[in-house]
Amino acid sequence: MFLINCPYCGERDQQEFKAGGEAHIERPKQPTELSDDEWAEYLFMRKNIKGVQFERWNHAHGCRKWFNMVRDTSNDEIKAIYKMGEKPPSQ
Amino acid sequence: MTKNLRVKSSEYIDETNRISFKFNGKTYHGFKGDTLASALLANDVHLVGRSFKYHRPRGIMTSGSEEPNAIVQINPGNNRTEPNVRATEVEIYEGLEASSQNCWPSVEFDIGGINNFLSPFFPAGFYYKTFMWPASFWEKYEFFIRHSAGLGKSPTSSDPDIYDHRNIHCDVLVVGAGISGILAAKNSAKNNFKTLLVDEKNELGGSTVFENNEFNKINNKTPSEWIKKEIEELKNIKNLEIKTRTSVAAYHQYNYLLARENLTDHLEVKDKTNKIRQRLLKIRAKKVILATGALERPLIFNNNDRPGIMLSSAIKKYSEFYGVACGSKNVFFTNNDSAYESAMSLYNKGINVEAIIDIREQSESKIVKKAKEVGIKIYWSHSIVDTTGYKRLNSISIMKLSNDGTSVTGSKISISCDCLGVAGGWTPAVHLYTQSGNKLKFDEEKKVFLPNQNTSEQISVGSCSGDFKIDEIIKNLNQKLKDTLNINETDLDSIKVEIDHENSKRNIWLLPSDKPLGKTKPFVDYQNDATAKDIKLALREGFRSIEHVKRYTTTGMGTDQGKLGNMHALGIIADTAGVKMGELGTTTFRPPYTPLTFGTIVGRNVGKFFDIFRRTPMNDWHVENKAEFENVGQWKRAWYYPINGETMHQAVQRESKAARESAGILDASTLGKIDIQGSDASEFLNRVYTNAWSKLAIGKCRYGLMLNEDGMVYDDGVTTRLGENHYIMTTTTGGAANVLGKLEDYLQTEWPELDVYLTSVTDHYATASLCGPNSKKILKKIIPDLDLSDENFPHMSFKEANIGSIQCRIMRISFTGEHSYEINVQASYGKDLWKKCMEAGQEFNITPYGTETMHLLRAEKGFIIVGQDTDGTMTPIDLQMDWIVSKKKYDFIGKRSLYRSDTMRVDRKQLVGLLTDDPNIVLEEGAQIVSELNQSPVEMLGHVTSSYFSPNLKKSIALAVVRGGKDMMGKKLFVPMENKNINVTVANPVFYDEKNERLNA
Repeated sequence: MFLINCPYCGERDQQEFKAGGEAHIERPKQPTELSDDEWAEYLFMRKNIKGVQFERWNHAHGCRKWFNMVRDTSNDEIKAIYKMGEKPPSQ
Repeated sequence: MTKNLRVKSSEYIDETNRISFKFNGKTYHGFKGDTLASALLANDVHLVGRSFKYHRPRGIMTSGSEEPNAIVQINPGNNRTEPNVRATEVEIYEGLEASSQNCWPSVEFDIGGINNFLSPFFPAGFYYKTFMWPASFWEKYEFFIRHSAGLGKSPTSSDPDIYDHRNIHCDVLVVGAGISGILAAKNSAKNNFKTLLVDEKNELGGSTVFENNEFNKINNKTPSEWIKKEIEELKNIKNLEIKTRTSVAAYHQYNYLLARENLTDHLEVKDKTNKIRQRLLKIRAKKVILATGALERPLIFNNNDRPGIMLSSAIKKYSEFYGVACGSKNVFFTNNDSAYESAMSLYNKGINVEAIIDIREQSESKIVKKAKEVGIKIYWSHSIVDTTGYKRLNSISIMKLSNDGTSVTGSKISISCDCLGVAGGWTPAVHLYTQSGNKLKFDEEKKVFLPNQNTSEQISVGSCSGDFKIDEIIKNLNQKLKDTLNINETDLDSIKVEIDHENSKRNIWLLPSDKPLGKTKPFVDYQNDATAKDIKLALREGFRSIEHVKRYTTTGMGTDQGKLGNMHALGIIADTAGVKMGELGTTTFRPPYTPLTFGTIVGRNVGKFFDIFRRTPMNDWHVENKAEFENVGQWKRAWYYPINGETMHQAVQRESKAARESAGILDASTLGKIDIQGSDASEFLNRVYTNAWSKLAIGKCRYGLMLNEDGMVYDDGVTTRLGENHYIMTTTTGGAANVLGKLEDYLQTEWPELDVYLTSVTDHYATASLCGPNSKKILKKIIPDLDLSDENFPHMSFKEANIGSIQCRIMRISFTGEHSYEINVQASYGKDLWKKCMEAGQEFNITPYGTETMHLLRAEKGFIIVGQDTDGTMTPIDLQMDWIVSKKKYDFIGKRSLYRSDTMRVDRKQLVGLLTDDPNIVLEEGAQIVSELNQSPVEMLGHVTSSYFSPNLKKSIALAVVRGGKDMMGKKLFVPMENKNINVTVANPVFYDEKNERLNA
């Protein structure tokens, strides 16, 4: 059970949050211009890394804000948390 | 008569408080402070259970939570019964009943004991190998296997006890109140850290309270005397909370630990009532100090499982702590000095110690010399090669060990005894440490797995970190406390320790016998009857991974999770396979450390608190009018309103006719309602719905279909434009929360440039849906000054009005195909609104209808229900709803996916109507549809999604999804059922009023 530092509310228990999958996958601005393969890449393909992964999280039972998290999936260490729209910390 | 083996008065046993209890139907006596195990031993009862596979007689082996054998059923036959409880942990109380498990008809005479003599036919993997063929026989085999196996019986009636959960936040959590835990907690609290100290036992102090080795001194006192003073001092320390009978079950990330606090299990039944039995503590600690101690290991030799064979440390605890002699002719078998402490403890109480068998060549420590001096016979370099005594140990045979320890030589010596204490060294209890995600390292010298690291948030101290001797413990604990708590001085600075040093070590994982291994029974896992032979067999058969060997031999898979024997299993594998133990690693330690009751896990969330439920403001009226309810998500919705003993079918038929012939009323308050405001609200709706919204006039309503990005239908509902930049969206009842979540996601992450604000107002409004040809007249009576003409208030439009002084929002929209109004008022007026409608509608025989009639009426119109007629694989095109998908809009959620090669296939499952050839047969929802009856196997074309008998059409109707159904209009298909085949014809899904004439009726 993680202890997550919501950038808007502070440290809260994981049960207040919802995981939202891989971060920094931008919805294509012009989907109709994309081939089936390109669209499928956006729609279905996710990395699921063992190691440092960039993720989206939502403070679903709190402020309802989405934010990004850098987490090492091998040991669940949360390395960084930053707001939507902010640049990811450089590795 | 039973014997009384009390040897001395103990301060932990209250001999003035005599307690009677029953074991296997027989009454025994013990004292307040006894465990079931100590009380049975005091009555000379060693045989308490049968082993799992061979049904061998087994006795009490330990004095703690690691007990593999003495697992009993508590209070059999009553609703507080609990299986698989360790007798070593049960505190006795007046009226306690317990019985043995896994034996029939009794523990003394167990039919399954025959398995012991058949054991050559039960090797590792026996069940996997034997019952494989013929495959169809498995069910028959299983019946017999299940009946002859099993550990105890679960209760058959509901649990009368109360359970609770509590959240605890502390600066420092100390797990284990032995010498290390007590010192850690004391110094933490003294330095103003809010500290919680927990221990699974009812008394603090761990094994130090009965540590009376005269050669060990702390501040010139015996460890036992010294620790008692320390415990006394804890009472006066601020910032320190102590919880006994509290066992930490799990250690999760970020110092989140779950512990079970046991509050009433030790009380008499009359004192248990109306009290919380067990409480799950959810602890979030800034720092965790693990002081979980170490478990003594047995030794693995032939027939090492007989009743009377116990851990050496347990014998010492029973004698020192409970004042009980476990036997009258005691022998110890050891590879280290600790058995000598146990032996001297017995000797000092006048209990007979026959001999000590030591696999080492010698030991020079003071306690060993003392044992020699007092005349205890010591056999150096000897090993036990066999034991005898079926239900109680009566003798052992020993032989001299070879130098390399792999064989025995010389002649056999037989020693008569009734109790054997085995001491194989100590295994640090690293379970919680590894659960927290950290790795272990193997210490070759000590032959133990140890915590590999301490962090600023977690340290392991004392014997769980490999410090077994008091001087090591104090020294290392002191430094760790200073580092972790960031303090300069501690109480430990002034502690002076004298210690009797152990200078000789010898470790042999599997001790040899004069017989070949195949003829011996050296048990490694007592509870699951896994022997060293089974482990070697697994290796011969090619198993290499420790995890595989564990599962194949079931070593470590009992309720004790191999706390005693797992290290030996690893050692035997390492020796046999010729690898180092450090490279082999361990199996995974998973929570819980000791079993938890289901009651503790669920806490208060039982019965009506199992899940929260939501009720509409009109709920009381539905209850008063005898509605039946159904669960829709968390909502309790009125399902139908039976009158005069009607069945559901009769009620629904009546309600459905009334709604179409005159007037019906539905409580639609549960529909999700999202208030949407902002200058980009129209643009936002354009992006989230498949149809266009920019041109929707203020005061008009529109039906919208929402897709997922994969093109599949996600939700639907009517949205009304209340103002230039203000909409109110309705969603399905079950989808409300998810829709809001999804819309927020897009707003915050993909389209932050949009000026849009979303607010859930589902609970703020109550909604009555008035429907039928007389709905207009009824509304007119309620709001006389509102112009209800089709010109002023046409279908799909909205008006604000007042009922008396109460504001309401009225939408003229319809889910039934009838002329209808949805009236929304502030939730607190919901019941008034409903009553007003009922009063006004009385002359028109207004009929309240529930969700079942609503479903029937919409099915007559071919309107879909998302989640019933769709299942996440249906596009709007599949639903024959092409009309709602805008061709002009550049983009909306899911649009691109509608042009993927897969979603454009013509043979996708598509929504169609189905009519049965016999109009009286109602199809079953979920029934499969085929085009052929004489073919096998036959392709499943689809299935029925909604099916009803329509009272208005006087025939059976159904909606179904059928592969390529769009082009099958009029085609004959079949619905094969168990006893008959039903002939059906594909039809238009709109069965009733295809031209929508009734909307304006």
